[in-house]
Amino acid sequence: MNHLLRSLAPISDSSWELLDDEASERLTPALAARKLVDFSGPHGWEYSASKLGRTAPLTSAPCDGVTGLQRRVMPLVELRADFELSRAELRDADRGAVDADLEALDTAAHQIAVAENVTVFHGWHGAITGIEEASPHERMHLGEITDAYPQPVAGAVERLLHNGISGPYALALGGEQYQRVVETAEQGGYPLLEHLHKILEGPIIWAPGVRGALVLSTRGGDFLFESGQDLSLGYDSHDGEVIRFYLEESFSFRVATPEAAVVLDP
Amino acid sequence: MGFDQYHEPPDELSPATRTFARLCASLTEEAEAIGWYEQRLAVETDPEARAVMSDAQGEEFKHFSMDLEFLLRRSPAWREIAQGVLFKPGDIVEHGEEAEAEALEGGEAGGGGPAGSLGIGSLKGASR
Repeated sequence: MNHLLRSLAPISDSSWELLDDEASERLTPALAARKLVDFSGPHGWEYSASKLGRTAPLTSAPCDGVTGLQRRVMPLVELRADFELSRAELRDADRGAVDADLEALDTAAHQIAVAENVTVFHGWHGAITGIEEASPHERMHLGEITDAYPQPVAGAVERLLHNGISGPYALALGGEQYQRVVETAEQGGYPLLEHLHKILEGPIIWAPGVRGALVLSTRGGDFLFESGQDLSLGYDSHDGEVIRFYLEESFSFRVATPEAAVVLDP
Repeated sequence: MGFDQYHEPPDELSPATRTFARLCASLTEEAEAIGWYEQRLAVETDPEARAVMSDAQGEEFKHFSMDLEFLLRRSPAWREIAQGVLFKPGDIVEHGEEAEAEALEGGEAGGGGPAGSLGIGSLKGASR
């Protein structure tokens, strides 16, 4: 048994399967960052830091005649989203109920996916520098008119090309902006989504948690997500009425090429 | 070229599962090549030919190892069991049984990886 303590939870194997499947189904559409950046790992729960290849000076040495440096590393962060489910609902699921109330799990899954997206795209103050913080480019504006989105998106692609950043390019859209793109047809009825695809030659991703949008290269090597423990479902505690679970992961994120993304404000 | 590394309709498989299947196919091919070179080396007497084949087999060792490491990184359950078996002196079968039992102790508690991971990993290549 590992630290997730799953075998201590007072639920059946089929209930665990139900919860794992539900969590995966809810997480996968919302995990936008993983669709666009390089992913390495998982390296396990014990994995604590990513190597940076950098050193820091030391003011002293153990004795005369030698010098020393200290290696710098990036500590991993941990994300955890707690939730509780009714024991009665899980017992009903064991009886074959297909409409068990798993809303608390769905909410936790969405929250941790949003947290991962926000960390990668915008940053986590004091812990991780996000793509937005790292980008040296002047911010562009999507504007209020959805029909006009191709102009700033094309402008962002041109800016990346100008800086020697090759494609394919992707567009990560916040929830509101994604909905507007999907439901919009330009004059003449041509779907805006298709027009943007032609500009980018890469994916257009629904990215809940993102404020506005980002255009970034997906050629690889620019944005590095290092997973310690990949998203996992663990058991915390229980009483006669509810069981408390949590979703958890550990990771680091580094921007290797800050020029490889342009921020589009809403 | 066939697509017989897939046993389910490829359109129904996620990009991550397709990549996993491709590397499984590569792992099999590298293992076969290692076996072929082993047989050829066993019967070849020309020292120069043996040197060439020995060098080639070394390449296959490397390819197999890289494929395996990739797959272990993408499969927490496989990795956990492999850690209990590989590079350890002693009884291989015993280590295997112990590693499997330890992994399945958590694995019995639901699907996903035996360690509790949901096994999501990279989603790069997903269309939306």
